[in-house]
Amino acid sequence: MITLNVNGDQHDLDVTDDTPILWALRDVVGLTGTKFGCGMSLCGACTVHLDGKPIRSCVTPVSAANGKEITTIEGIGASELGKRVQDAWIEQEVVQCGYCQSGQIMSAVALLKENATPSDQDIDNAMSGNICRCATYARIRSAIKHAAGQPAAKEA
Amino acid sequence: MHMQPENQTASNTADNARGDVSRRDFLKLSSGLGIGLMLEFSLLGTACSKLGLGGKQEFTPNAFIHIDQDGVVTIVAHKVEMGQGTYTSMPMLIAEELEVDVSKVKLQHAPPDDKAYGDALLGAQITGGSTSVRGAWKPLREAGARARMMLIQVAADEWKVRPETCYAENGEVVHQPTGRRLPYGNLVEKASRLPAPAAVTLKDPKDFKIIGKPVHRLDAPSKVNGTAEFGIDVKVPDMKIATVSASPVFGGKLKSVDDSEAKKIQGFQQVIKLENAVAVVADHMWAAKQSLAALKITWDEGENAGFSSASLREDIAKASQAKGAVAKNVGNAPSVIASADKKLEAVYELPFLAHATMEPINCTVHVQDDGCDIWVGTQVPVVAQMVAAQLTGLAQDKVRIHNHLLGGGFGRRLEVDSVAQAVLIAKQVNFPVKVVWTREEDIQHDMYRPYYYDHISAAIDEHGNPQAWHHHITGSSIMARFFPAAVKDGVDPDAVEGAVDLQYAVPNVYVDYVRHEPPLPTAFWRGVGPTHNIFVVESFIDELAANAGKDPVEYRLALMKTAPRAKAVLQLAAEKANWSTPLAAPAKGKAGRGVSVLFAFGSYIAQVVEVEVDPDQQVRVKKVVCVVDCGYAVNPDTIRAQMEGGIMFGITGALWGEINFDQGRVQESNFHNYRMMRMNEAPVVEVHLVPSQESPGGIGEPGTSAVMPAVANAVFAATGKRVRKLPIATALTTV
Repeated sequence: MITLNVNGDQHDLDVTDDTPILWALRDVVGLTGTKFGCGMSLCGACTVHLDGKPIRSCVTPVSAANGKEITTIEGIGASELGKRVQDAWIEQEVVQCGYCQSGQIMSAVALLKENATPSDQDIDNAMSGNICRCATYARIRSAIKHAAGQPAAKEA
Repeated sequence: MHMQPENQTASNTADNARGDVSRRDFLKLSSGLGIGLMLEFSLLGTACSKLGLGGKQEFTPNAFIHIDQDGVVTIVAHKVEMGQGTYTSMPMLIAEELEVDVSKVKLQHAPPDDKAYGDALLGAQITGGSTSVRGAWKPLREAGARARMMLIQVAADEWKVRPETCYAENGEVVHQPTGRRLPYGNLVEKASRLPAPAAVTLKDPKDFKIIGKPVHRLDAPSKVNGTAEFGIDVKVPDMKIATVSASPVFGGKLKSVDDSEAKKIQGFQQVIKLENAVAVVADHMWAAKQSLAALKITWDEGENAGFSSASLREDIAKASQAKGAVAKNVGNAPSVIASADKKLEAVYELPFLAHATMEPINCTVHVQDDGCDIWVGTQVPVVAQMVAAQLTGLAQDKVRIHNHLLGGGFGRRLEVDSVAQAVLIAKQVNFPVKVVWTREEDIQHDMYRPYYYDHISAAIDEHGNPQAWHHHITGSSIMARFFPAAVKDGVDPDAVEGAVDLQYAVPNVYVDYVRHEPPLPTAFWRGVGPTHNIFVVESFIDELAANAGKDPVEYRLALMKTAPRAKAVLQLAAEKANWSTPLAAPAKGKAGRGVSVLFAFGSYIAQVVEVEVDPDQQVRVKKVVCVVDCGYAVNPDTIRAQMEGGIMFGITGALWGEINFDQGRVQESNFHNYRMMRMNEAPVVEVHLVPSQESPGGIGEPGTSAVMPAVANAVFAATGKRVRKLPIATALTTV
């Protein structure tokens, strides 16, 4: 039995220690906003926060979350910054299929938490681990800048 | 197009007695909608007629609008949202004529319709081919207009005034002289007893309030807070999770499986054997994955165990020597070329490609004695239903498809191989089972964009212009499997699309097609036929320009004698990209610009691409200028988004995309060796829309098809190396 603290709620789970947080969240806790994309930490779709830091939940075992706070896309809007990023995503019309966007938003919130006014290079560094097959990259960049209070360059 | 507005019918959802099956399905679905005005209409159109499927001539409604007593508008239509924005653009079309706020229009996933509708419906229920807005453009607006006229009629009767003195605004009918108002919700019950008006007058586009204006995507809020439900997110009581391993060699069969180690894994439930695959059912995906890895499986690999990329290429090159079925023949191209003094010829090759949707393949199924429920995100709900009915022996209407948002489609979810597999797994258990493929399974058991081998040749006159053009296409026929009726006299219309409708004036044109099937499954991929043919045509026209010593833009423009829309987009793209101003030399390596022009899916696109090729032959696309004339722009921001995304999808494919084989097995497996473009590699994409009053063209796919040759042409401009075999990265780094 292992206890996970997710978005402020305690969950006692009957899974082995090596179970990735991703599958514990999706298949046992029942929070499906965190997405499965690759299972190898290659695409970032499964990004959640562990004590505020972004991690790839597909390769991070539940044992690593012992005594720590997990925040997922379902809970990130409770923070002022999380809400601001979600709003910026809507404002900048980022989403297409939307499947990777949970992970994109979690990576973006983590970036802005560390760096309130990221440069393009900072954004590349923080976000290049998150694949978007619909390639919404330019809009993700605009949304991050928008959330950071920097006016994004207007498209032609 | 065959729409039957004169047969439009209206009825009250509470007392319908027509008894056609589709209608009953809709009523079941809409039972929560209550009393109100319901209008049926047909969205059959482009999808069917384009595929040459004909379709029934009598009126068979396949879409519905319902307005309830609170004025809430619900539309149920057979299109799915996979990122292309259709769940926003369809409500916009209705709302414009109905005079309601677009956010008041709700869209529901359609149930699969019944076999009563046959082929016509098959056409209607497919989301693909960039057809959604093209097909819905007129019928959705007409349906909105009809509903508005009926509501005005009821209000006018109520006030005992002439309908001409009333107008609709923001969900209400207004009597102009007195300013009296009645909300739609108060009018729907009486309106539902009126016959639908036969004739409608649609708004003049200059009066549009919603269409043509950027509207926020209606699906965005749920996609930023984790509540959007994709197929993979389905939760059903008592559901277990399964993951699967199909024979690594295509066509191989399961010989034996030893599960003694798997049984020790916590959460393991059982092994399911299929003819060509093994699945493990478990309490959750981790247990399923661990258990699958612990199985000792032996396969009977069968006759395909020997093939490799090299042998597949040999086979197709050999097949290409045959004469093809004639897709187009104007003048006498083969003999003009045979006797020409000057000619140019080339062989172009395009690789197998995987779709790699971000949402891995999955399907949840519960088979019971008296019915089967399927939760999945599919582009083809009817086909999924038919296949499940066949495999379970149930009547088709006992199979209930619960469609979901698609975490990317790109053609992959036009296929039901995984639905069939999930049904076969679910038949062996007595609880609902969610079958989830790992990414490795998703890449290695995709149905691939075919390998194409095209021989193209031209006879050239003294000015360097083509006098004759012969495009000889060899590749798999997806249509022959998917829509056999569309293949006429050996010509697969998809395999030749983009090759037969040249925008260049050439007096003699001959296009022929040889069908050659590889020993692995093939399928549509974003951009379909044009992704292959536009690459070949636009690369070869670039070769002809270079051969003539002419500027690639000038050369193309001079040949566009009867293609004004293509010419206009090309001129504008050249201007916006500063084509005539040379590029600055990069710090290291070389830079170049390439151009392409596309006419496909009813849209015209020109692109100018800037690349840098570094000394290690790594290509970086810096900028893409894209000019689009897709007719009337329903949601301009969605068009931009589809161009941005489609272009990067195409660049990803052109630079890196290839599925390789050895010993009958796919060599790529995950994103480390099937490379995707990332944030730091994404070019600046500048999209310019040409204002147009023409009917809308498709926008989901053409951006992808247009960019591939533009990148290769830019690489030629930078390096002098003509890439005739994709992907570019492999072509530049192998001698």
